[in-house]
Amino acid sequence: MTLELSLNQQPAHLRQGSSIGQPLTRRDGFLKVTGAARYAADNHPPGMLYAVLAVSGIARGRVASLDVEAAKAHGGVVEVMTPQNRPPLATDPDAKNNPFMFRLDLLQNDRIRYPNQTIAVVIAETLEAATEGAALLSPRYEAQPARVGLDGAESFVPGGVGIGSPAVHHKGDVEAGLESAATRIEATYETSAQYHNAMEPHAIVAAWDGDSLSIDTPSQGLAMAQGRIAGLFGIAPQNIHIRSPFLGGGFGSKGMISGPQVLGILAARLVGCPVKLVLRREQMYGPAGHRAPTRQTLRMGMDREGRLTAIDHHAKTASSTFDDFFEPAADASHTLYASPAIATSHEAVRLDTGTPLFMRAPGEATGSIALESAIDEAAGACGMDPLEFRLRNYAEVEPMTGKPFSSKALRECYTLASERFGWQRRPLQPRQMPDKDGFLTGWGMGTATFPAIMFQAEARAVLRADGSGLMETGAQDMGQGAWTAFAQIAADGLGLDIDQVDFRAGSSDLPNAGIAGGSGHTATAGMAIHNAGAAVIARLADLATGHEASPLFGAGNEGVLARGGRLYRRDDENRSESYGEILARAGLAEIDGRGTGTPDPASREAYAMHAHGAVFAEVKVDPDFGQIRVTRLVGAFAAGRVINPRLVRSQYYGGMIWGVSFALHEEAVTDRRSGRIQNANLAEYHVPVNADVPSVEALLVHEDDPYVNALGIKGVGEIGITGTAGAVANAVWHATGVRPRRFPIRIEDLLG
Amino acid sequence: MTSLPLALTINGHRYELEVDPRVTLLDLLRERLELTGTKKGCDRGQCGACTVLVDGKRINSCLALAVSHDGAKVLTIEGVSHGEDLHPVQAAFIAHDGFQCGFCTPGQIMSTLGLIAEAQAGDDPERIREGMSGNLCRCAAYGGIVEAVLEAQEQLAKADRRTAA
Repeated sequence: MTLELSLNQQPAHLRQGSSIGQPLTRRDGFLKVTGAARYAADNHPPGMLYAVLAVSGIARGRVASLDVEAAKAHGGVVEVMTPQNRPPLATDPDAKNNPFMFRLDLLQNDRIRYPNQTIAVVIAETLEAATEGAALLSPRYEAQPARVGLDGAESFVPGGVGIGSPAVHHKGDVEAGLESAATRIEATYETSAQYHNAMEPHAIVAAWDGDSLSIDTPSQGLAMAQGRIAGLFGIAPQNIHIRSPFLGGGFGSKGMISGPQVLGILAARLVGCPVKLVLRREQMYGPAGHRAPTRQTLRMGMDREGRLTAIDHHAKTASSTFDDFFEPAADASHTLYASPAIATSHEAVRLDTGTPLFMRAPGEATGSIALESAIDEAAGACGMDPLEFRLRNYAEVEPMTGKPFSSKALRECYTLASERFGWQRRPLQPRQMPDKDGFLTGWGMGTATFPAIMFQAEARAVLRADGSGLMETGAQDMGQGAWTAFAQIAADGLGLDIDQVDFRAGSSDLPNAGIAGGSGHTATAGMAIHNAGAAVIARLADLATGHEASPLFGAGNEGVLARGGRLYRRDDENRSESYGEILARAGLAEIDGRGTGTPDPASREAYAMHAHGAVFAEVKVDPDFGQIRVTRLVGAFAAGRVINPRLVRSQYYGGMIWGVSFALHEEAVTDRRSGRIQNANLAEYHVPVNADVPSVEALLVHEDDPYVNALGIKGVGEIGITGTAGAVANAVWHATGVRPRRFPIRIEDLLG
Repeated sequence: MTSLPLALTINGHRYELEVDPRVTLLDLLRERLELTGTKKGCDRGQCGACTVLVDGKRINSCLALAVSHDGAKVLTIEGVSHGEDLHPVQAAFIAHDGFQCGFCTPGQIMSTLGLIAEAQAGDDPERIREGMSGNLCRCAAYGGIVEAVLEAQEQLAKADRRTAA
């Protein structure tokens, strides 16, 4: 059962030789603007029932009682799943055997460890009956005091941060560097807990057929989800088919399968028919991950010329009481600014929350806003322009490791974006630019950076006798444009026009495309596609060059080019043959080839690999009321090869607006008495709306990188947040003279 | 729960239904009529993903009980294009990359149709941004959305002038 998607493109795309680099419109655009794109919750298999979660109203304790009888007696309710009747699992959901595996709450007991943890699942004939049934459960609790906030529990040094990064790093002697400095700054910044809030709530439609399982659910990592479910249920991964053709946003929250998604599968097991379970918006504030709060202290020393003599970056963060994810915020200081001495360190507390997880630029975003604020303060302490200060401390090699960069066009980003913005007209002192309406105008900047990560992926390429091609990889499109960008890479890899290529993705029965995360999906699955294309072309070339009847006979494998559905002799392009002719002569309907995408250990050892950018922001602040508006953003980014500039620009825009959101909007507020989140909804948890968004410009800086991978791709999904958040904060300082030290910036902080 | 009779014209088709009075217009569309183009993002009228036109006006269908709209004409995303021929608003959303994940897109497009019909924003981007601010886009494709609204509005005005002439 393969997923059939009819992708097309309107209006018709441009084509000038190759597909890579063309600003094609989205191939899934037609489906998305007509409502035909099928997201998980749009599925409705025959006989499907509705499952609704009942979730905990306390942060810590146990469920003392549930009125299961009242729920079951309600019209339309079919079953109530509790720890008493939840179907058995093959493995303990609290067990973990790798750093990408997180503990899940699957009704294994009556313990409550965070608000909104599932305590029962009500299954009914209609959504309305299930919702009312869940309300009738009237839970009673034995509650314990909630541990809330970064001072709410004893702190410790975690064994690692992020995925396996040591909690403490240092080079050189930071104390000596600070001691010898002509100027020093020290500042502490706080960032708030944030929730991904993808527009599409986590959803699953699960159907069992014996021990085979069919699932529609959004996933940023199909093979990983398949493996996790297989382990939990004790069935073979190939007996699980997951379809995820479209994610309604992910941002990290759909990277790992979440507890509620597995509960949907358990509910279907319990009642013996297909079940749909969709999280309510408020239920996403707990079991689906979040960005943990941080408190970061930076100390910097500068010599008389404004050169950094030391950077010390310490971050305190939080994880849940029962699992480990520590936001690696201080690691942001490893890569950007040259300094003879750098120290980064982390400490953490355990709180009664769901486990924090990867959220778009995990660590990079939190670390960046603090680092870029501190750099601005350091520039101010030296009496220097913030851009001049950054250039004075420009890192020619990666500061922490001393490795050369595989490529780094950051200087070009600074130049392009600052000129576009008009930065040279900026007065050094704050509060110098009131506008005609009496608002205080401020200009600020930040440097953006994100590592060029690669995971592991596989792809399969097919060439058919009719001259068309097929590329298969279980890639995930959460909005970044996988349906389009990968088809472009596939077309070039196969030497075909993109219209001749059938591209299949978004399904677990295809080759493992790895994770859509870490800004590494295009590089990783893109390389698998590229290599699969090369493999099948090599087979085709063998067929042609080895056959006397071919005009390519004797050309050798290296001696042909694939272009426009034909192979050409490299040394004589007048001699060529179409794919169809070659396959027909060989009597083959089709041939295939496989490729993998994987980081090259030698080049990764030799080089530091990062994308870079520079972001400039203008804000206007009402001097009486403290209201802040971002009026202009200009960013320039260098991230290696650009597959599709239209889609890449959209990724930068989106990231930059997340940066604005980080600086000014997003904050989950926890009630200190109950431990519950007070604003678990889209009215009170603020994300930018259209009116919040200024003129945004993202400029693409050309960058060739021969080391990062053969295609030269770095990744663009997350870098836009970094740099931008700090630029907005620095612009607020420039407007008002008040240095923001907690985020989001509150009006009262400016009026104080 | 006793069902109530309900007549609706949805995308030009007349439906005679018996509907549980608890059912929202959104859940009627999605769960009973298999018109799943309209999306549920919050079920609280806070995100706009469920925007449809009821008697020509844009509403959050999650906040509307279906039975309270007896006799209404409803337009959903499925009724906007003519087969393969996209409406100018839809084509403009593609051309200006006014979406990424696409989940809010049906609501954005229905809201755009409502906004243009209201004829309050004109070609002022600031007013368009304001008028489209009931529709959240977490991917933040807001710039493309505003460009798409402006272009579609211009296309529609041209078409109107041609019709008038």
